[in-house]
Amino acid sequence: MPSATLLGQSVVSGLLAGGLYGLLALGLSLSWGLLRLVNLTHFALALLGAYLTYQLGHVLHVPPWLAAAAIVPAFFALGVALHAVFAYFRVAEFASLLVTFGLAVILESMIQWFWTADYRRYETAYATASIRVGPLFVPTLELLACLTAAVLAFATWAWLRWSYVGKALRASAEDPAMAAAFGVNHRAQAFLLSGVSAAYAGIAGVYIALIATLAPSQIWAWLGVVFAVVIIGGLANPIGALLAGFLIGVSESLTMAVVTPAWAPLVSFSILIVILVVRPGRV
Amino acid sequence: MIRLRTVLVGLVLLTLPASGLAAPAGQPIRIGGTLALTGPLAPTALLHKIAGEIYVEELNRGNGLLGRPVEWVLLDDQSKPDVTRSLYEKLITVDKVDLIIGPYATSGILAGMGVAQRYQKLYVHHSFGMPHLAKYEMHFPTAAFGPEPQRTIPTTVLDALAATTKPPKTIAIVTSKFPSAQYQSSGAREVAEKRGLKVVLYLEYEFGTRDWGSLAARVKDANPDVLWVGALGLDGNQLLEAMKKLDYTPPRHFHLFPAPGPLALAPDGKQALSVTVFEEHPPFTNNPGAAKLIPLFRERATKANVPYPYVETQVAGSWAAWQVLEAAVTATKSLDDKTLGQWLRKNRVDTIIGKLRFDGPNNYGDDLFKVKQVQDGRWVIVWPRESAAPGARLLPP
Repeated sequence: MPSATLLGQSVVSGLLAGGLYGLLALGLSLSWGLLRLVNLTHFALALLGAYLTYQLGHVLHVPPWLAAAAIVPAFFALGVALHAVFAYFRVAEFASLLVTFGLAVILESMIQWFWTADYRRYETAYATASIRVGPLFVPTLELLACLTAAVLAFATWAWLRWSYVGKALRASAEDPAMAAAFGVNHRAQAFLLSGVSAAYAGIAGVYIALIATLAPSQIWAWLGVVFAVVIIGGLANPIGALLAGFLIGVSESLTMAVVTPAWAPLVSFSILIVILVVRPGRV
Repeated sequence: MIRLRTVLVGLVLLTLPASGLAAPAGQPIRIGGTLALTGPLAPTALLHKIAGEIYVEELNRGNGLLGRPVEWVLLDDQSKPDVTRSLYEKLITVDKVDLIIGPYATSGILAGMGVAQRYQKLYVHHSFGMPHLAKYEMHFPTAAFGPEPQRTIPTTVLDALAATTKPPKTIAIVTSKFPSAQYQSSGAREVAEKRGLKVVLYLEYEFGTRDWGSLAARVKDANPDVLWVGALGLDGNQLLEAMKKLDYTPPRHFHLFPAPGPLALAPDGKQALSVTVFEEHPPFTNNPGAAKLIPLFRERATKANVPYPYVETQVAGSWAAWQVLEAAVTATKSLDDKTLGQWLRKNRVDTIIGKLRFDGPNNYGDDLFKVKQVQDGRWVIVWPRESAAPGARLLPP
């Protein structure tokens, strides 16, 4: 029988891992829910953000917070540029899956060409730092990632709920024609939202660089679980994505602690299947 | 007069190739193979690529094979066994290569072996970890595990630990489900139990796991004297880091198939143990082939930004595979796969990792693996004592 400490530590690990899932899912959930674009490039952008953080930090000795200050606006611009391509070719929902998959493969190849397939690890003095809470340890970087995810999720929710732009985006997603009739410039807001989603990918990338080891093929390692988070949390639901991340993170972690690590993916996708069966209208 | 003689000697030397033989000429001998140039196995496969490229260049700088230049037709199997299988099919039937050489890692080698068997091609390979599955009579391994690595590797490792002043009483085994890692790790469990060690934890995780926190928590909870990590690539690094975040480091830790550089260079990799057939120190560097390979590999690996540009077990195993192929072709003066295979079954080949024989069960010979440890950022062999680096011993003693 696992000890209370082990179970407690697993819950902590799960919450923190879930926070990162939520952070990764945030941008994807927004673009899928509000723009009807299933943006697989999101994962490649996150990994690109991670590699840029690594390059800036490991080679140029730029601290991560400064790297983030450079990456966020750059990725915002990249997201706007990507959306310009989608808009020009009038890429619809299903086609976006294929187009963005292709773009993700191209980005993966570019990452590999520049950084090689060799593993990269951004070593920092605080990589293994953790805060002790009784018998439990809370790794500092993962905690920061989780807090960032929470802040961004709530800020995004508030933005969508109370700001004019947020209301306009939700209106356009629900009924584009009617929203346009009320003067909503969907086109301009779509560019803004794409920029924001890409910026969120960049932020996720900064944390991935600090927490994980990098390899180009990692783009696809996150895909399944983040998709599950997006769907379970509900499209365009920032707080839903965060909570879904926690749910999946904790369930995976407890499974690894109590049963066997190999069952962890089974648990997260089983939850997804159950939710889709019970609430099929989530996508 | 002396000056003129010197000039004449110099002129003669300049007109001769380094080997003193004529440069290879004629239709190239095409040797086909794949490597994981992309995908999760790519970091280690890169080492095999560099080793192979150097070998072929050195062959062509000399007399080639049978006086002919050698061309290595290398394809990317993306770390996927299904792709490996298709590519070997293509190499043999479409590209019509003269010979083939195996890919990196167990899954790919097994996939390619089926194709080699179908076309009765000689199949020399360098990183296969499940000898009991290698049933093809014309396969020749240079991963010198011996026929029962699931027994001999853990025995060697536990022998080394038993010889310390504080032999372990408990062991935790955490292994990837990658076939060879799982196979040898489950063997480690049996060997440990037979030797009276208590297996306080046995966990299997999926190859490509992201969340190491829970695994680390379980190892810490088990608190073993020694941790056996049946890992490939950077899994071991990630587990060590996750344990460090819980303020825990196992007293001793062993890693089965780590990416050698990252573990040696990681702050948490101090005194990590693993197994090897070659490291860059005597007596291995006394081998003339090693003396030639080491500076060439160092230069090429440094240029390719390999973080640990030293010849170690992966590189040496790869080099030995090429040596085996060259030896068979040179001795038989033939490119006929059956002829080469028959010769290899009957003869030993001197390689950088020792004398290899292929007359045991499933063409396996002796287990040549030794225990190595990270000391001062480098891998050094610590067991058995006769193979240990000068002055090196297992730490803590």
